[in-house]
Amino acid sequence: MPHAPRFSRNTLWALLLVAALVALPAAVPRYWIYFAGLLGINIIAVHGLNIMTGYTGLLSLGHAAFVGVGAYTVALAQSRLGLPFYLAIPLAGLAAAVMGVGFGLPSLRIRGLYLVIATLAAQFILNFVFVHWQSVTNGDAGLTVQPAMVFGYPLNNETRAYYLILACDVAFTLFAVNVIRSRVGRAFVAVRERDRTAEVLGVRIVWYKFVAFALGSFYAGVAGGLLAYFNQFVNPEQFGLLLSVFFLSAVIVGGMGSILGAIMGAVFMTLLPEILRGGALSIGGTFGFDLSSILVPLRETVFGLLIVGFLILEPRGLAQLWKRARYALHRPPNPDARSGGAS
Amino acid sequence: MNPFVAFAEYSAVGIAGGGIYALIALGTVVIFKSSQTFNFAMGEMMMLSAYFFYTAAVTFALGPLLGLILALVGSVAVALLIERFALRPMMGRPFIAVVMVTFGIGSILRGIVGMVWGPADLQIPAILARTPVIIGGMFIPGKTARAFAIAVVIVCALIGFLRYSRAGVALRAAAADQITAYSMGIDVRRVVAFSWVIAAITGCISGVLMANVNSLNPSLGLVALNVLSVIILGGMNSIGGVLVAGLLIGWLESVTGWWFGTEFREITPYVLALLILLVRPTGLFGSAQVERI
Repeated sequence: MPHAPRFSRNTLWALLLVAALVALPAAVPRYWIYFAGLLGINIIAVHGLNIMTGYTGLLSLGHAAFVGVGAYTVALAQSRLGLPFYLAIPLAGLAAAVMGVGFGLPSLRIRGLYLVIATLAAQFILNFVFVHWQSVTNGDAGLTVQPAMVFGYPLNNETRAYYLILACDVAFTLFAVNVIRSRVGRAFVAVRERDRTAEVLGVRIVWYKFVAFALGSFYAGVAGGLLAYFNQFVNPEQFGLLLSVFFLSAVIVGGMGSILGAIMGAVFMTLLPEILRGGALSIGGTFGFDLSSILVPLRETVFGLLIVGFLILEPRGLAQLWKRARYALHRPPNPDARSGGAS
Repeated sequence: MNPFVAFAEYSAVGIAGGGIYALIALGTVVIFKSSQTFNFAMGEMMMLSAYFFYTAAVTFALGPLLGLILALVGSVAVALLIERFALRPMMGRPFIAVVMVTFGIGSILRGIVGMVWGPADLQIPAILARTPVIIGGMFIPGKTARAFAIAVVIVCALIGFLRYSRAGVALRAAAADQITAYSMGIDVRRVVAFSWVIAAITGCISGVLMANVNSLNPSLGLVALNVLSVIILGGMNSIGGVLVAGLLIGWLESVTGWWFGTEFREITPYVLALLILLVRPTGLFGSAQVERI
């Protein structure tokens, strides 16, 4: 048997993709780059939720609030402590992880619904803090954030911020892939599938739930920190329940427990509101209605439909559809030929 | 005002408000008992019912009584559709997947309401009199007091029904042991559908009451999320527990709002929920079904 090639085909494709993404700003208009940046941030947040919900089976309805914790941490670390971005972003992740664990810890020891409720409580309580802790968060008005400085260059436009986000995306995706491949990742899946059995086999379930929750919240915090630099402002409105639903839909639509799925879900869900807006406006324009007022509820409806539809019909999401499509394309032309000519 | 009188008054108002929580929680617990599913769409079902009522009573000018009947019919129909087409295919799937489905349904209903009726406050016909009720010098707003009275009547009727009717016994049997219930010839699927009907009824009535006491807008459904803490406090599978817990949390919300400022009302249930999770996850009256790992 020949040696396996040093780079698998998948690695090759991934490298090509990254190269294409590096070249992207040269090829497309600025508005697209803005979207690409937003998408990159969403991908990190969705990776986080996917580690919790997809791999470990811990449903979180408060992911948006943890993203918010990251964003506020960056804003405050910059304005109060003067920290540069390479310290502020990890700090944002840590702050979110600490918050996540703080809210999640009591219910991580119990099975069932309790964690869901704890995360929902986190969503509302943290949002309440963002709005009402005026002296720190400046309430509804929010805080402004100066662009990140990299080697003396301010990342003050979409393209520059895009490269920072792209670098983080590559790093965090690789990290997620490797964690999932490791002992820890297998423990996550074991906890999700058969927690009792896992315990009997020596997997410390509570510890691994804890790790998954901390790691997922860390990702959320990093995404929030990047978002603060990207938008250059932070306010409570950004981190509402709808955003948590958004992340959950992305994980489900993409495919729970799949890294590729998290990316596909984030892409799909980031583009979806734009498609809906375009669709509604053009349909409205054709028939002479003004449909712009129903865009937000329309989005809610479609998010919900996607969650329900995918859970019922294709719980493994777009990633599975993609796999199937690829298999259909690469299917050996004549299956009998491989079976040694038994026919 | 004398602080003791103020305290008593806020307490009374809070407990009266808690009656509606108890009613909503009852619907949620019935579903939980029959199918071990937590229905996150309860609030949205409730809100949708209130909009049905508005449409029948105001838009089609059919009056409050016919409006209420049509709203009940509409909500039951919606609940049955949800159960049949979203929940039944999920039977036997992991718990969190089912919970996510109900959450998604909530999102769908919220969106539909937003698209059809818009974000504005709507005025529904007053079915509750405004004249305040005065008990021993305490002044309770008329609508709140009457809504409480109605909630108590409905809750009592439902509990009696669940205790003595055939359907109620079947429901309790299915809740106690699904497999045994099956083997004794109880059609568990029908029991589950029936529990959704009960939830739709309690949701509809509490929705209409809620829209009467406050006003009708798409955030009405969020109230039901407060009910989460009612359910945790009461114990996930205890009907009596959630009734007491409903009143308790209504009281606590009102008193917190009075003491710390109104804005703290909205997070009281969540803070309480976290505390309960920390101290006593079975709730006050729930059976020790909590599985520690």
